[in-house]
Amino acid sequence: MLSNVSGHLHRSVQVENKMVKKLVKGNVALCEGAIAAGLDAYFGYPITPQNEVPAYMSKRMVEMKKVFIQAESELAAANMVLGACATGKRAMTSSSSPGISLKQEAISYMAGMEVPGVIVNVQRGGPGLGNIAGSQADYFQAVKGGGHGDYRLIVYAPANGQEMYDLAYNAFDVAQKYRNPVMLLCDGIVGQMMEPVDFNKEQKTKFEDRDWILDGCKGREPRSLKSLLMQDGVLEQHNLDLLKKYQMIQDKEVKAELYQVEDAEVIIVAYGISSRISKNAIKQAREKGIKAGLIRPVTLWPFPSDIIASYAKPGVKFFSVEFSLGQMVEDVKLAVNGKCPVDFLGRAGGGIVSDKQVLDKIEELAKK
Amino acid sequence: MEKILSRPKALKDFPLSYCPGCGHGIVHRLVAQAIDDLGIRERTIAVAPVGCAVFAYNYFNFDTTEAPHGRPPAVATGIKRTNPDKIVFTYQGDGDLAAIGTAETIHCANRGENITVIFINNANYGMTGGQMAPTTLLGQVTETTPFGRDPQREGYPINVCELLAGLKGTKYIERVSVCDAPHVIQAGKAIKKLFKIKLKEKVILSLK
Ligand SMILES: Cc1ncc(C[n+]2csc(CCOP(=O)(O)OP(=O)(O)O)c2C)c(N)n1
Ligand code: SF4
Ligand SMILES: [Mg+2]
Repeated sequence: MLSNVSGHLHRSVQVENKMVKKLVKGNVALCEGAIAAGLDAYFGYPITPQNEVPAYMSKRMVEMKKVFIQAESELAAANMVLGACATGKRAMTSSSSPGISLKQEAISYMAGMEVPGVIVNVQRGGPGLGNIAGSQADYFQAVKGGGHGDYRLIVYAPANGQEMYDLAYNAFDVAQKYRNPVMLLCDGIVGQMMEPVDFNKEQKTKFEDRDWILDGCKGREPRSLKSLLMQDGVLEQHNLDLLKKYQMIQDKEVKAELYQVEDAEVIIVAYGISSRISKNAIKQAREKGIKAGLIRPVTLWPFPSDIIASYAKPGVKFFSVEFSLGQMVEDVKLAVNGKCPVDFLGRAGGGIVSDKQVLDKIEELAKK
Repeated sequence: MEKILSRPKALKDFPLSYCPGCGHGIVHRLVAQAIDDLGIRERTIAVAPVGCAVFAYNYFNFDTTEAPHGRPPAVATGIKRTNPDKIVFTYQGDGDLAAIGTAETIHCANRGENITVIFINNANYGMTGGQMAPTTLLGQVTETTPFGRDPQREGYPINVCELLAGLKGTKYIERVSVCDAPHVIQAGKAIKKLFKIKLKEKVILSLK
């Protein structure tokens, strides 16, 4: 049975286990995950392929009497997130690659001020205006800085509609727990694809008290949030304190999916959409008797280096599959640390790697 | 002896970093006095700019945040929209408000955000050493207009108040000066008036 739940963007489907899932675009699943997490405010600006997000939020947030603003630019939208999150509220902004470049200013400030904003990048092809096809070319920007200064962004890479929902739901808790900005690094394909999503999370309403938020200095000393630390040594100490926090995040927040890796002789490392294509190829390889497997980072930072390292045994060959000319592969090489060969398969500019190409690569490496 | 004048509670007892004679200190005091008089200190959140007044958060005795250069109106929008019961104001220089932050200023005003903007026009970029600002006067010599501002080369000064007065979202604008005692008194009144109106709606104050 198909029924209209909320305008044209939702459709319900009955699936085998009788759980009611909704058939939605990844971008819509993402919105619902954020809303279930208790989103107070969404600030956006139109850009393809994430236009469903501001469109959907402009209706849902206003209906819920929450805040929606179509900002004058991505600069403004990200700084609105900074303002809202400085008061302990849950706020999000989304964009696609060119707009994410503009958000780097606020991201760096949020990292320095320890303001837990959530930023979504539904990646498209670049550099420059590029094109509007799905891409994974913003990996470096997301995990290696992007903005200025010594900082780290917690980066999640959803691979399907359900994960768009689940990871958006978790992003706010993680951001506030560590007082650190969090990015969901998606791609135009997962964002646009319609898939059944189980909207199974309970609406969050209560959050723990936080002793750093700006909510008026009633009955306490005034607080100020800043990243400008001019006195001798103070900024360095702040950097070292941040480093401690980043190390804690690295210890506790790494997430990865392992698929058929235990006996694998060829291991693919891929995230998001390219991990799904890789999985198909792995199934085909297994049918041909080739032991292939997948390590799928769900967190791109912190990167699952230890997990990858634990499979870097003699005789194993690695390669990464990316919709770019090879970015994450550098981190795979660092994790493997010379113990096994690490190869790469990718396409740029919105080109899609086919499962056939992945299978060919698996076969080529298996023969070596 | 009876004490008839003391430091407003909204101003910390902290040495100011401004140059002797700088208007920022005077305006800080006027803002703090208005906040005391209206009894809104404990529900005020201020947004400091990037400029000489970046250190405003060291001086104001209420909650404050930093914002990237030119973005205070966007940061204030995020604060106010999610906290409608708070009094939110930005404090910005002319480079911050009228050059790098022009878009944020215009659109914040045009949306009619319920915030106050204290705009300090000193006709130059004070913090970085006195370069040309969008408000620098014709013929004015600055670090980057050594021959004086020439409209053929550098364009004309932007009249910020007139620009914003043309927008329907702007509720109230007053241009005042802190050049001498009578003007300081007048500026103090204007600031108080604008925080009072602002308890209801959005206003902008420009100080020269
Ligand atoms: C993005 C960015 N660009 C440039 C600067 C350098 N900078 C710091 S303060 C300033 C000018 C401030 O001038 P104004 O807003 O007029 O404030 P004033 O110091 O005159 O009060 C500039 C350009 C910066 N901090 N950030
Ligand atoms: S440089 Fe100008 S604005 Fe800055 S403190 Fe000195 S007098 Fe004031
Ligand atoms: Mg100035």
